[in-house]
Amino acid sequence: MFGFSLHFSRWGAAVTLFISIASVVLALPNVIPPSTYESLPSWAQLPRMPLGLDLRGGTHLLYQIDTAQLKKDWLQTLQTDARRALSEEKIGHGGVLISANQVRVTLKNPAQLQDALARLKKLAQQLSPSLLTGRGGGGLDLSVNANENGVITIEPTEAGIQHRVESAVSRAIEVIRRRVDPEGTTEAQIQAEGQDRILIQVPGLAPAEVKARVGTTAKLTFQMVDASESAETAQANGVPPEDQLLPDAEHPGSFILVHKEVLVAGDDVVDARAGYDNSSGGLGQRAVTFELNTRGAVAFARVTRENIGKRFAIVLDNKVMSAPVIRSEIPGGHGQITGSFSLDEVNRLSLLLRSGALPASLSIIEERSVGPSLGADSIEKGKTATLVGFLAVSALMIAGYGLFGLFSVVALVINIAIVAACLSLFHATLTLPGIAGIVLTMGVAVDANVLIYERIREELKGGRGIVTSIEAGFDRAYATIIDSHLTGLLAALILYAFGSGTIRGFAVTLSFGIVSSLFTAITVTRLMVSTWLRETRPTVLEI
Amino acid sequence: MKLKPLFRLSQKMNLHYVKYFKLCLGLSIAAILGTIVLLSTTGLNFGIDFKGGTLIQIETPTATDAGHLRTTLSHLGLGEVSLQAFGSDKEFLIRFPDQPGGPDVQKAAAEKVLAAIPAGSKELRREQVGSTVSKELIVSAIWAVVFTNLAIFAYVWFRFEWQFAIGAIVSLIHDVMFTIGVFAFFRLDFDLTIVAALLTILGYSINDTVVIYDRIRENLRRYKRMPLADLLDLSVNETMSRTIMTVGTVFMALLALYFFGGEVIRGFTFAMLFGVLVGTYSSVFIAAPFLILIGVKRDWSADKAKVAAGSSAKAKEVLPLPEDDTDEDEEDDSPRHATQAEASKAALAAVTARKGGGQRPSPGHAKGQARGRSKKRG
Repeated sequence: MFGFSLHFSRWGAAVTLFISIASVVLALPNVIPPSTYESLPSWAQLPRMPLGLDLRGGTHLLYQIDTAQLKKDWLQTLQTDARRALSEEKIGHGGVLISANQVRVTLKNPAQLQDALARLKKLAQQLSPSLLTGRGGGGLDLSVNANENGVITIEPTEAGIQHRVESAVSRAIEVIRRRVDPEGTTEAQIQAEGQDRILIQVPGLAPAEVKARVGTTAKLTFQMVDASESAETAQANGVPPEDQLLPDAEHPGSFILVHKEVLVAGDDVVDARAGYDNSSGGLGQRAVTFELNTRGAVAFARVTRENIGKRFAIVLDNKVMSAPVIRSEIPGGHGQITGSFSLDEVNRLSLLLRSGALPASLSIIEERSVGPSLGADSIEKGKTATLVGFLAVSALMIAGYGLFGLFSVVALVINIAIVAACLSLFHATLTLPGIAGIVLTMGVAVDANVLIYERIREELKGGRGIVTSIEAGFDRAYATIIDSHLTGLLAALILYAFGSGTIRGFAVTLSFGIVSSLFTAITVTRLMVSTWLRETRPTVLEI
Repeated sequence: MKLKPLFRLSQKMNLHYVKYFKLCLGLSIAAILGTIVLLSTTGLNFGIDFKGGTLIQIETPTATDAGHLRTTLSHLGLGEVSLQAFGSDKEFLIRFPDQPGGPDVQKAAAEKVLAAIPAGSKELRREQVGSTVSKELIVSAIWAVVFTNLAIFAYVWFRFEWQFAIGAIVSLIHDVMFTIGVFAFFRLDFDLTIVAALLTILGYSINDTVVIYDRIRENLRRYKRMPLADLLDLSVNETMSRTIMTVGTVFMALLALYFFGGEVIRGFTFAMLFGVLVGTYSSVFIAAPFLILIGVKRDWSADKAKVAAGSSAKAKEVLPLPEDDTDEDEEDDSPRHATQAEASKAALAAVTARKGGGQRPSPGHAKGQARGRSKKRG
């Protein structure tokens, strides 16, 4: 514990001085003009406080991943897998259907129930521990059961769904990072928030630009066109279960009937570039050429070889981009997507394909953006308010306590320097409410000094000597200072825990401010007072 | 260099706060009831953080008539569109509620608004909060206020006695209700920053309360027989110069923010300015006299034995002054009087806590002084 005598050990004084000077040095980069800062040698470019979006302008978007769609996609995959598994085992089924949250399998021959159950149970996978929390894991992602009617149900477990959502979020974050910040230069922050949300904060970009970059799901698939029936008749007579009707991007308003089975998926795209259609018959249209990995290339070659003369569909986000006729086997895994694209669109699409598809669609549930001019304006106003606040508090303290007031003004400067130094060192973002926190800290921080000085006055009035009074003043105010600071800190920490965005910035500066004012009150001010006492040996105390 | 104080607040205030307790309590209860009535009828004027919707801050190229623009915007079919001048006659805040439908609908609505405002206007800021998020924000805001109260309650209980904790929590709830009431009464925008202000007010108010409570506890040990009302008055009086000085510096800082910090945080600063006043009022006129209402432990001597055996940190805290136990001393009402034996006993308890150790006050000297004071009071 801190002794509260006026005597400072050499070490105590040295540490106090060191922290004070180091804080001032660390705070300096934040106040020197940016041009001077840039001209400094790199070793002298100490970290500065990062400015929040509300001060530098930028976009804050909160996306929510479509959990319902994830579940639906999963059930569809399960349906396909279950069919395939049963046909591998030569088990006849009377239907593998999706109902509500499960896949229901009816068998033709009830005697095969145990075999079927055993095989379908293998579809379930062990869950690895959660990526976010490191907990969980061990359980299965599916529960496969047979009911008394001989119907097998395959149902995703809670843990399984949670795992899916979590891994979809972390994959989506990777994809978004590649899309929003392909060169890694924009200081974009992309992070998971809660279980199914992604927070994107990009300084310096307007929301429209960020949204365009995050873009669409960009799910690319290659499916065969079902030529046995025209889209119109299918629309009229009902779509066959193995097919789906997708809008034709080339001819808006019309549809194309394609097989549901995905032959090659966008996951296998390793590269995509904007270019022109150079194929025979191509009109030099803009196109995106893509390259598949080995697995994709082999599958693509096989499909094109087996289906010469038929049409296949290049499907992007459930829209048929083009449906060319396969003229010959396409080896090597190169292909292109043509369409009436603008230059911007081809560039955008090639980036989307390069970055991979988003695992599910995302929707914006919160958006906040600040234009650069308002941000600059807020910085200016924040500076003025800080300066005026500082001068006003200083004037009041000096008027009220004379030389001792001046001591607390010096302590106040160091106090603010400590807050700025902490923010810089910990890369804690400074927001406009954060500046308010600093200004408020100035008002509250001198409270510790006020408590001490008032106590000294009381002791003086009690007729004690100067040194005794000062000593007792520091000593007796101690418990009160601790109590009042700790309760204030409690409120600030809770604000941090519950607050979000810029409010957190306020809680951070307030917390740093409270802790550093505790430090300055019990060391810096005390050191100044004790040095002054030793050097001047005053006979009267003007306080 | 000679630097003298320009003014000195009197430390000999002799005001009777406790006398006004019933009046203050009545007024405060009336205000709180009023707040409850307001909340259940008109409610708070929630900002988009808590209501969901879109806020757009624009700057028009020339001065614009707000009334005219308001009429234009109200015919867009977006529900209740509000327009508010924001600092100048060129800057405006436009707000409209969450539109039924997805994010695309919100975007389309914003486009509509931007098409309706004068050509050449700049969009300075946009915030759009969906209804799921706004509901969560309300819940977390309520929890934040509740948790802060509970944490402070626990802390004060731990450091003082439960009676103090009750007094503190009553004054905190009072502060929260009062501030919310003002926002409800004047229909001021209530958003996340106001909740941040509320929590800060709680922190500030409890700070104030704790300073007074510390002094009350100290005086409880010192003056065993003084009537509680007098003792509370004395404690508040003794700390009054500090209270005024601290409110002064905090107010200075807040005024600087209010006038120079810009429109964006003006609501926050207003809440703080108001809350600091309410917090100070409640510390003096509610938290302190509340101890009379619930009664407070007068005999702290049992504590001494407990503490002497307890942790050294605690021993330090309960030893502001040597204590006086004898009847004679109490009649004396002498704060600084102690027998040598008492002093040494007490010092023993503290010896582990202090390493340097300040000089003990001279008992004789202090006694004379205190006598003088008690005469004046009597």
